[in-house]
Amino acid sequence: MRNIWTIARREYRHYFISPIAYIVALAVLLVIGIYFVIVLYYVSNQALMYGATAPDISIIIGPMATIFLFATPALTMRLLADEQRMGTLELLLTAPVRDGELVIGKWLGAFLFTLTIIAITLLYPVVLNKLTSPGIDQGIMIAGYVAITLLVASFLALGTAMSSFFSNQFAAFFATLAVLLLFWWLIRLPTYVITSGFFNSLFTYLDLNGRFNSMLSGSIALSDVVYPLSLTALGLLLSTVAVEIRRWR
Amino acid sequence: MIRVDGLTKDYGTRRAIENLTFEARQGEVVGFLGPNGAGKTTTMRILTGYMPPTSGSANVAGYDIISESLEVRRRVGYLPETVPLYTDMTVFEYLKFMADLRHLPNAEDMVDEALEMVGMEERAEGYVGALSKGMRQRIGLAQALLHKPEVLILDEPTIGLDPAQVVEVRNLIREIGKERTVLLSTHILSEAQALCDRVLIINKGHIVVEDSPENLQARLVGAERSVLRVKGDADGLAPKIAEIEGVQNVKTQPDGSVEFQFAPSRDIRPQVARAVVEAGYDLLELRPIGMSLEEIFLELTRDNTKEK
Repeated sequence: MRNIWTIARREYRHYFISPIAYIVALAVLLVIGIYFVIVLYYVSNQALMYGATAPDISIIIGPMATIFLFATPALTMRLLADEQRMGTLELLLTAPVRDGELVIGKWLGAFLFTLTIIAITLLYPVVLNKLTSPGIDQGIMIAGYVAITLLVASFLALGTAMSSFFSNQFAAFFATLAVLLLFWWLIRLPTYVITSGFFNSLFTYLDLNGRFNSMLSGSIALSDVVYPLSLTALGLLLSTVAVEIRRWR
Repeated sequence: MIRVDGLTKDYGTRRAIENLTFEARQGEVVGFLGPNGAGKTTTMRILTGYMPPTSGSANVAGYDIISESLEVRRRVGYLPETVPLYTDMTVFEYLKFMADLRHLPNAEDMVDEALEMVGMEERAEGYVGALSKGMRQRIGLAQALLHKPEVLILDEPTIGLDPAQVVEVRNLIREIGKERTVLLSTHILSEAQALCDRVLIINKGHIVVEDSPENLQARLVGAERSVLRVKGDADGLAPKIAEIEGVQNVKTQPDGSVEFQFAPSRDIRPQVARAVVEAGYDLLELRPIGMSLEEIFLELTRDNTKEK
């Protein structure tokens, strides 16, 4: 446990001196900020003319998921790939640290950094709450933030796995992007062809986007939580195996 | 203590080391000597738990390297060949990070102590990325010494250091070697000669010879060699020396001195001295020269290639 924390802390600090992390944070916050302002402007215009219901926080969480789809690969691409390239992996693998602790520590550092970005966006519900009457739906807000937290956890774990397979950061970036697109978007497509039966329900379940959106509606089903958590576990397991295999090569 | 038994490692179809067996006792500095690609780094990586062997076993500091890898790693200090450093950290942060990974109780004091040992305490707040090669090497060494390990494994510890630093680091290793076990690799033969209690010469994955540097020299010197120097021009001296019975291999060196060999059982130096004086030269120097480890090494690795 202590080793996980030591590695996570180093990784977390590293983000604050890395230009990529600042660019990612800036991009996420800028896009969401612009989106927020425009939506708010549009909704208030509509409300003046026709009357409208106040928007809930999914106007923030929804686009946030799309941005993180592209942002998390940039945050995870160097995690293990760079250690291999710089030779520092030899240092970590000969230190009294289990391979699993190393992998979880790396992921945790990235996760904490992403949570920091997400925490900044908590400003929007506060603003939205002030602007609307009688205020925003607290349940949807909490469900939305749980959903985005679980989502980035799984994104980052899959990214960590890709970073452990490659010693080139860019290879890790694009491999992660491909895997995320698979789980976020591509995996739903077969359900358009197979409209019923076991495979329909399987692909419907495996659709990360669907799990996410069902949580955004404000109700948290157990399966919606279990799925991203299993993906996270899978990603971390794959990374650990990849590090282990690297030893045998 | 290190005990290696029948260690073999294959990279795909290429065999890096084959059936290595050796021992390094406590209070001993053992030198691993060999050309590039001989299998030194591979052996060290196996002993430090970086990768498992294909077959064979090894015991480091009383623990098995495969089944008790974490225990071994706790007790070993390792300086890899390419010193792995986080260039984005300060020297202190880096060492503190390594100390934390090793759960050292008073990490900051241990870091200060290690920095002092390698003479880098003034650069503690500087960034690792801004250090020269020699300084990085010393930080790597500080990292290996941090937890006062029972066993120290150093892959080319003095590479990239300036001559003064080389002396310092060698003194440090010698000091540590008095109480602990040190295994170091080098391809600088004079270093092995200066530092090691025992030398293992490894070539193409095999141990070619294992002995103390002194014994090695004694064992391999088939002929005694001497150098002689005269005042002024030594032209025409060499043929006269070659005429003496028992003298072999007379060579005039570029600096004007003359080198010759003779069988150790027959010391012919008095005859040589007489011949020099009789030929009208003023003898300045007549001195035996031992065979350097360098020559022994070349001799051994050449023989080894021939066998194959």
